[in-house]
Amino acid sequence: MASNYDYEDAPAGYEDQRRQDLGYDPNFVPDSVKSFVVHLYRHIREKNVYEIHQMYENSFQTLSDRLFKDTPWPSVDAVAHYVDNDHVFCLLYREMWFRHLYARLSPTLQQRIDSWDNYCSLFQVVLHGVVNMQLPNQWLWDMVDEFVYQFQSFCQYRAKMKNKTEQEIALLRQYDQAWNVYGVLNFLQALMEKSNIIQILEQEKEGLEQFTATDGYDYNGGSNVLKVLGYFSMVGLLRVHCLLGDYHTGLKCLLPIDITQQGVYTSVIGSHIATIYHYGFANLMLRRYVEAIREFNKILLYIYKTKQYHQKSPQYEQILKKNEQMYALLAICLSLCPQVKLVDDTVNSQLREKYGEKMSRMQRYDDEAFAIYDELFSYACPKFITPSAPSFEEPLVNYNQDAYRLQLKLFLYEVKQQQLLSGVRTFLKVYSTISLGKLASYMEVDEPTLRTILLTYKHKTHAVDSDGRIISNADVDFYIDDDMIHVVESKPVKRYGDYFLRQIVKLEGVINDMDRVKLE
Amino acid sequence: MAQKPQQQQQQNVAYTVEQLVAVNPYNPDILPDLENYVNEQVSSQTYSLNANLCLLRLYQFEPERMSTQIVARILVKALMAMPAPDFSLCLFLIPERVQMEEQFKTLIVLSHYLETGRFRQFWDEAAKSRHIVEAVPGFEQAIQAYAIHVLSLTYQKLPRTVLAEAINIEGLSLDKFLEQQVANSGWILEKSHGKGQLIVLPQNEFNNPELKKNAADKVVPLEHITRIFPILG
Repeated sequence: MASNYDYEDAPAGYEDQRRQDLGYDPNFVPDSVKSFVVHLYRHIREKNVYEIHQMYENSFQTLSDRLFKDTPWPSVDAVAHYVDNDHVFCLLYREMWFRHLYARLSPTLQQRIDSWDNYCSLFQVVLHGVVNMQLPNQWLWDMVDEFVYQFQSFCQYRAKMKNKTEQEIALLRQYDQAWNVYGVLNFLQALMEKSNIIQILEQEKEGLEQFTATDGYDYNGGSNVLKVLGYFSMVGLLRVHCLLGDYHTGLKCLLPIDITQQGVYTSVIGSHIATIYHYGFANLMLRRYVEAIREFNKILLYIYKTKQYHQKSPQYEQILKKNEQMYALLAICLSLCPQVKLVDDTVNSQLREKYGEKMSRMQRYDDEAFAIYDELFSYACPKFITPSAPSFEEPLVNYNQDAYRLQLKLFLYEVKQQQLLSGVRTFLKVYSTISLGKLASYMEVDEPTLRTILLTYKHKTHAVDSDGRIISNADVDFYIDDDMIHVVESKPVKRYGDYFLRQIVKLEGVINDMDRVKLE
Repeated sequence: MAQKPQQQQQQNVAYTVEQLVAVNPYNPDILPDLENYVNEQVSSQTYSLNANLCLLRLYQFEPERMSTQIVARILVKALMAMPAPDFSLCLFLIPERVQMEEQFKTLIVLSHYLETGRFRQFWDEAAKSRHIVEAVPGFEQAIQAYAIHVLSLTYQKLPRTVLAEAINIEGLSLDKFLEQQVANSGWILEKSHGKGQLIVLPQNEFNNPELKKNAADKVVPLEHITRIFPILG
């Protein structure tokens, strides 16, 4: 080829044409790809995070769009000699190679297994502490995110046993360690432990360590890779546990991250969304509706205000999808626990626009209402997985829907237990006191039944938090004195203390900024 | 305060298994230890949700190693942890086909009655399934504690008959029980006009929401203050 042009200036048509002529040749490296790997390799060696980030976020996408729309990138062997056969770089390249393949084409079983092997090698290198790179948070998040995604994808794939070929089944049996659930969880756990991230976050609270303030980067010549991977692994563990239906353990994994504050998890939009989505979902399943509403509200407002900046990002579609799903989850939460006061006006008007009509139907608790709960849950829930390997005995059956069906069934069961509560709520709202007898006749039930409904109301609106404390989620509350019901409309508690503390921190920030201004 | 019918007071027993779970949560080798630990929780009337979830998780990963007898015990213990949502947390991890077994169906019905405040039906059903629940010591007391918890959230004063139905104690035994509660938990007994005894439960922020407002207003958690430590320093 004539000139050694930069990858960004490559004439669009030429390479496309050549590729199409030849079909996919894994050993063919277009000049633009050569230039890409050479530059990326150089920037990584020079720890130029800014340039790495540019190439990772932009150039990789541009090249993929232009040259590899429906074929994989050139094989790692073909590019290795441009980058001194650097072992770690090649692992990173392959990680991107597989990610691109998963996103644009459908991976074969062999490719799934190879990708697992690549993650094993990559994480082992990181865990042994021999990586001294500085990589962008975006990239490190994507690694954890993709690792969990590929695990989930593998479980879904494996659970569709019906149409597996004999060859595939033989491979599945032979490589039974690939994407094994223990392996996946233990890698995430190992990254978290080896990075000492929990201790780092603890020490940071006491001012002994900087992590959040530098967004996890190391400006003293060290590497951020293990630390930040360990950090994101906590979010990864939350997600895996949610996929398994283990909400309690998932939330426990996230405890070291204080989600009431900004943190490294908010430095990458994908991580921010994944964290809150799973956190909110887990709380919904634990009946801690107020907590779920509060966090969904915050993130939905944040997305609303910032989504324009992500329009060109490769994650944009994913952001929009999670946005829609979280509105659906918010609609569920608010139907079970109508604390609209907790929701910002902007979010509320979006919610009404999307789900206003459905939400009013959900209040009716008839068959149609259950169908809507079903629909919204199915649309917005994580893609639950069955982690165990199939029995390879005949007849081969699909079990990819089992986990989802179980979670859905148990969720709808919960909704049914609460079906009479919205009726009680309606009456309680319009009385300050009402006798049991009168309310029973309004609700067309006998008095003993009314008592059970009122007990149910109290039980369902009072969740138990992770410390065993009782938390009220009730919008309308009451108590019974003999046979008289006294209604108490709960007003949101204003937390002045918290408000002032926030303002003090803000003011300090502004003053610091002003101090830094040097007047010429 | 509303009584919390937890089995908390005994939680610091058998540290070693707890530590195993904390250090090594994704290790199939600890499965037998966790199973023994379930039996130990049953006989010593202790409880560890974390250990039991860990075991259910291992069963989920390797269904062929599942013991339904152990699962049943875990579920009974989880019922005893009401009002905490432990029973649902466990069900989320138990495959549907296992939940179809008769003993689990019974437990699910029992849980449903407790979740919807139907204590009469609960005690009737429990009486029919003695073989399941009587295998776990402390079962009745735990459910009674839950009943009293949810009654304390709801009532300032309630008729004796409502209490009797909820905790399944009547007549002289109930008199004795009430005597104890009056002496130890601040309950007060009142005569009402023609309706028999009324029981006055101690007030808490849930059966008297007025109490709550004052408390929450003035407290600033330490974590929030720590945010301004660097500035103060």
